[in-house]
Amino acid sequence: MKKLTKQQKSNLITLAMVVCFYLICEIFIRTGLMSSHLKGLLVPLTYYAIAAVGLNLCVGILGELSLGHAGFMCIGAFSSSIFSVMTRDALPTVPRFILAFIIGVAMTALLGFLIGIPVLRLNGDYLAIVTLAFGEIIKNILNAVYMGVDDKGLHLSLKDAASMGLDASTGKKIINGAMGITGTPSDSNFTIAIIILLVSLIIVQNLVQSRDGRAIMSIRDNRIAAESTGINVTKYKMLAFTISAAIAGAAGVLFSHNISTLTAQGIYFGYNASIMLLVYVVLGGIGNIRGSVIAAMILYVLPELLRGMDKYRMLIYSIVLIVMMLFNWSPKAIEFRQNHLSKFSKRFRKEAAR
Amino acid sequence: MRHMLKKSIALVLVMAMAGMTLAGCGESNAPEGESASGEAVFKIGAIGPSTGGAAAYGTAVKNGAQIAVDEINAAGGINGYMIEYKFEDDEHNAEKSVNAYNTLKDWGMQMLDGTTTSAPCLAVAEKTKADNMFQLTPSGSSLECTQYDNVFRVCFSDPAQGTKSAEYIGSKKLATKIGVIYDSSDPYSAGIYETFAAEAPNQGLEIVSAEAFNSDNKTDFSSQIGKAKDAGAELIFLPIYYTEASLILQQANQIGYQPMFFGCDGLDGILGVENFDTSLAEGVMLLTPFAADAQDNLTKNFVNAYKDAYGETPIQFAADSYDAIYAMEAALEAANATPDMSVSELCEAIKGQMTKIKVVGLTGTITWSSDGEPNKEPKGVRIENGQYVSMD
Repeated sequence: MKKLTKQQKSNLITLAMVVCFYLICEIFIRTGLMSSHLKGLLVPLTYYAIAAVGLNLCVGILGELSLGHAGFMCIGAFSSSIFSVMTRDALPTVPRFILAFIIGVAMTALLGFLIGIPVLRLNGDYLAIVTLAFGEIIKNILNAVYMGVDDKGLHLSLKDAASMGLDASTGKKIINGAMGITGTPSDSNFTIAIIILLVSLIIVQNLVQSRDGRAIMSIRDNRIAAESTGINVTKYKMLAFTISAAIAGAAGVLFSHNISTLTAQGIYFGYNASIMLLVYVVLGGIGNIRGSVIAAMILYVLPELLRGMDKYRMLIYSIVLIVMMLFNWSPKAIEFRQNHLSKFSKRFRKEAAR
Repeated sequence: MRHMLKKSIALVLVMAMAGMTLAGCGESNAPEGESASGEAVFKIGAIGPSTGGAAAYGTAVKNGAQIAVDEINAAGGINGYMIEYKFEDDEHNAEKSVNAYNTLKDWGMQMLDGTTTSAPCLAVAEKTKADNMFQLTPSGSSLECTQYDNVFRVCFSDPAQGTKSAEYIGSKKLATKIGVIYDSSDPYSAGIYETFAAEAPNQGLEIVSAEAFNSDNKTDFSSQIGKAKDAGAELIFLPIYYTEASLILQQANQIGYQPMFFGCDGLDGILGVENFDTSLAEGVMLLTPFAADAQDNLTKNFVNAYKDAYGETPIQFAADSYDAIYAMEAALEAANATPDMSVSELCEAIKGQMTKIKVVGLTGTITWSSDGEPNKEPKGVRIENGQYVSMD
């Protein structure tokens, strides 16, 4: 058998950690030891981990800042949800969810691709600006759109629900303006979420290790040098950005099929939600895929576990963010980790030094 | 030495946090229908935003219910059993709301007074339906909130407010040319507008201008006001919250446009806006089920208790929540329920009684129909000399 490289070993450890997490949770659920509160958190924390993995591909591996990943989640959520609501009675659960998933991911990838065409040709921080605007535009459009279906076909309106002219008996509202979509079937569950997390991890890890991945990282490290060796910069940027958007879209599909109401409000898909994802990535370590997963899970669960502290929980949460950032990034803390933790394990030193 | 210090501080912090989380778990694991000390109690949970932009509403619901619970407990409880009450924050976020619901379930909640806002209410209603838990939302006004038979509400639904407003304007012959300014990004506002527009022709009203704004753009209303003025609107219908309404009143005054203004319960609170010249609100009409300066004893006592405990005047959400707790009390007493019944049994028992009880509450005398909607009369009030005066 071929000997595994260090990178491959590290990748396998990440996958094994996710699988172990899944098994432990399943054992707790089966034996009834897990509270319903924690059970309810499992799917959300998994899809935020997925979104963080997607964003880390863009920010950490490609080196382009995106502030619109919540917008991509929004597209995945709405496109898949529209499909699921329309076919709720026509298709059985399994094929319906698979198709909804494919539609959600494909739509997001398409829009990521379209945005990438003009923006990724440019140098500098343009992607951050454009994705920021994109996220807000998507949110505002979806807040204004009314969509319904009756036996004559689809009806769209930007004014109000009455102006769609739906047939009273057969008509069904799908997107009801700012009230969004209601009645999406709850098709996602923890097992599906973990499978999608594993798939996205494998995709990103393999991409990073491949020839394409090395090309992408060379663009991040030095664009001019990469270009001079004959690497098609725009093509590789588009590749990484589209995959990154598609993974965020997958997280969006899980989002919309986890709770039955979907509104395009700022708290779920706005600027702040994108920053939240960025916080997961930065605190987990930019370019460190495993770190993103762990940080997303911890940071999502933390404010929930602090519920016992009532109104102080948001205060504590922000303090934890600051402490984590200092621990991860301040030179003194890195020095401290190198000097002290290395006594316990050689592996830590290697990782810290990397 | 310094490292030792850092290490010990870190250790202390970690232990403190672990301790708190464990403490949180510990108190949450009492079984249903039993307090931490083992007595039989009814456990009522409540959910709403107590942090974030909508915090005022969640806090009002929390405090209003607390006052009702304290009163009932002081008077001997429900069927002789005390009530235990717990509120969880949902940040006006459907996802967090489901988390809050699960937390309350771990605590042993048997009935839910919630959720405060509509979108989270829809998500939580899916869960209470699955668990067959009785849910009475004080202020979830979106139509779909009560689509399941275990969910009832205290406030009017959005469509009901729109229809009732149109009926009121039509039957009182206030005006025939109506301008509307509404918030298209807010389900509450858009929902009222939609049914208002549908009912208006039946009442002989003509909507001459319907202008929307959204949550990102709600400080300058000059174009919306100008369009209403150009279209010759005699009355401007404002199905919005009071903050924006106060700006609209100011800006209309600046251009010397003085139509009648008519609003819904969202306008309740307009007299309390800081730096707002309340003389501009003179003559504004609103439909509201609750006015904090009403002179009946029930309202007076409630407002005084609320001011004593929390130092502010209660808004309509607090009154709705107060009534919700009393509705549960009435239904539980009518059903002779005891805390040892399961969540599902309690739900069936309360559901059976909800359509039969009649609650004399802060927001009027309420009865319920089996689709979960309350029947109560909206009160039309007009602002005169800085006071609400009944128009009926």
